Amino acid sequence: MDWKGQKLAEELMKILLIAFGGVAFIAGYVTSSFGTMMMIYAGVVLFTAMFTAPNWSFFNLHPLKWLDPIEAEKYPKPELTTESWKKRNSKHC
Amino acid sequence: MHTFGYRANALLTFAITALAFICAIASFSDKFSNQNPSAEIQILNINRFKKQSHGNDEVSLTLDISADLQSLFTWNTKQVFVFVAAEYETPKNSLNQVSLWDAIIPAKEDAKFRIQVSNKYRFIDQGQNLRGKEFNLTLHWHVMPKTGKMFADKIVMPGYSLPDAYR
Repeated sequence: MDWKGQKLAEELMKILLIAFGGVAFIAGYVTSSFGTMMMIYAGVVLFTAMFTAPNWSFFNLHPLKWLDPIEAEKYPKPELTTESWKKRNSKHC
Repeated sequence: MHTFGYRANALLTFAITALAFICAIASFSDKFSNQNPSAEIQILNINRFKKQSHGNDEVSLTLDISADLQSLFTWNTKQVFVFVAAEYETPKNSLNQVSLWDAIIPAKEDAKFRIQVSNKYRFIDQGQNLRGKEFNLTLHWHVMPKTGKMFADKIVMPGYSLPDAYR
């Protein structure tokens, strides 16, 4: 996910939970059934989780530009010889 | 929002906080319900009225309790606890309350009832003040919600009295 996608996911999560949570409350109040409200709310949470938690492709519309591999090859990591290993792992250091 | 786990955690925490908020609103909605309970108690018989061996008065009564508490039930009610108490005044205590009977009403259908029962709990005075005593019978109820605030109220029925001599 890219930065804009992360922000979108967070906002979407909040809006979905609040709006459909309100719908769940109204449904329960109108039908005078506390059980109805809790079941609808559980459904709302699951639906929001399916929508905002996984890494869907529409969250990646502004992909980050990573460096090309050729830039990293210009500065290779130094290789350790056996001499320098012994020095590194000896007690006197 | 870096990983799936991070988003799932944030979502669950927010969902539970929103649930707490929804339950608070559900409890608040109880204020708008229209409540008019009614009750009536008659004393059918005074079975025993004596002085105990260690000096206190004791009464055993048979009560006829009829009540309609159906309007107390809302969508957010788990059960209603109802009890009958006798209230009177003595020289030693300005208010004595003795609980005579109680019951739990689990559903709205059971809230309209009429029963004849002898007192579930013993009516014992602190002393020997009950001869000729006038007392009130109050029906108290506690409405226990599914979430939120419990509220309690009562109906006071004055005008009952005990006989002047032991039986």
